[in-house]
Amino acid sequence: MSDRNEIANKATAESSAGSNASGSANARPVAPAVDIFEDAAGITLLADMPGVSRDSLDVRLDGDALAVEGRVELQLPEDMRAVWAEVQAPRFRRVFTLSRELDPARIEANLKDGVLQLRIPKHAQAQARRIEVRAG
Amino acid sequence: MLETMFARPQGLFDQLDAMQRLLSRSLGVEGSPGTIRSVAQGAFPEINVGRTAKSLEVFVFAPGLEASSIDVVVERNVLKVSGSRSSAIPRNDNNVQLYANERPEGKFVRAVSLPDDADTARVEAKYKDGILRVSVGLVEPAQPKRIAVK
Repeated sequence: MSDRNEIANKATAESSAGSNASGSANARPVAPAVDIFEDAAGITLLADMPGVSRDSLDVRLDGDALAVEGRVELQLPEDMRAVWAEVQAPRFRRVFTLSRELDPARIEANLKDGVLQLRIPKHAQAQARRIEVRAG
Repeated sequence: MLETMFARPQGLFDQLDAMQRLLSRSLGVEGSPGTIRSVAQGAFPEINVGRTAKSLEVFVFAPGLEASSIDVVVERNVLKVSGSRSSAIPRNDNNVQLYANERPEGKFVRAVSLPDDADTARVEAKYKDGILRVSVGLVEPAQPKRIAVK
């Protein structure tokens, strides 16, 4: 077995071995803390997902439901045992409902240092337009 | 036996500690934590600690920082991690509406007391994907030494 271990795999092995009844693989995912703000052109969403890499991130749109999901990936030594655990689930998940003026086809996602940034633009026709008043 | 860092430690005292916290939280009693450096749930950044035969592995879940801006200090067997996180919310813009502001911002500091066998000369810190991992070497346990009786 390689040095690299995904927590999810370890946890699965653990719960199947029955060594821990409260195995963390099936632990409910944690809702990541988010900042959400809107400007004239769209909505920006920032989500704290420490330990989530590009490969383990999943941003999915189902109808008007935008699901953000990620798995915490760490290289853990084989013989490590936990002595203190504030983070108890190796998964993040949160679902948001989009309204109709948003354009899901043009969502941009950017993941850096465990922070996911989503930019959800509004449809062009939904953007507030300033109508210039001409003199004359 | 495999055990992940996400499983609640199974020791009796940890369980007592957890129960005491739960009780004090549900009863609304403040200031009766189990250990002196424990903090209420939801503190930023959250910390997990694991132990191997050779090292203590401290995982600090601190997303969105510059590696160079994180301060890691070991002083008298206490590991202290501090830094600051700025917000990306454009607050001075009147055209921006804020709907959710859950992500902690500003200065933070967290401390972990190290075990007696920690070798504070061998500390390494790495920051990746928003997790700061501090490895503290452990001193090899002293081997029992047989003294010949003359």
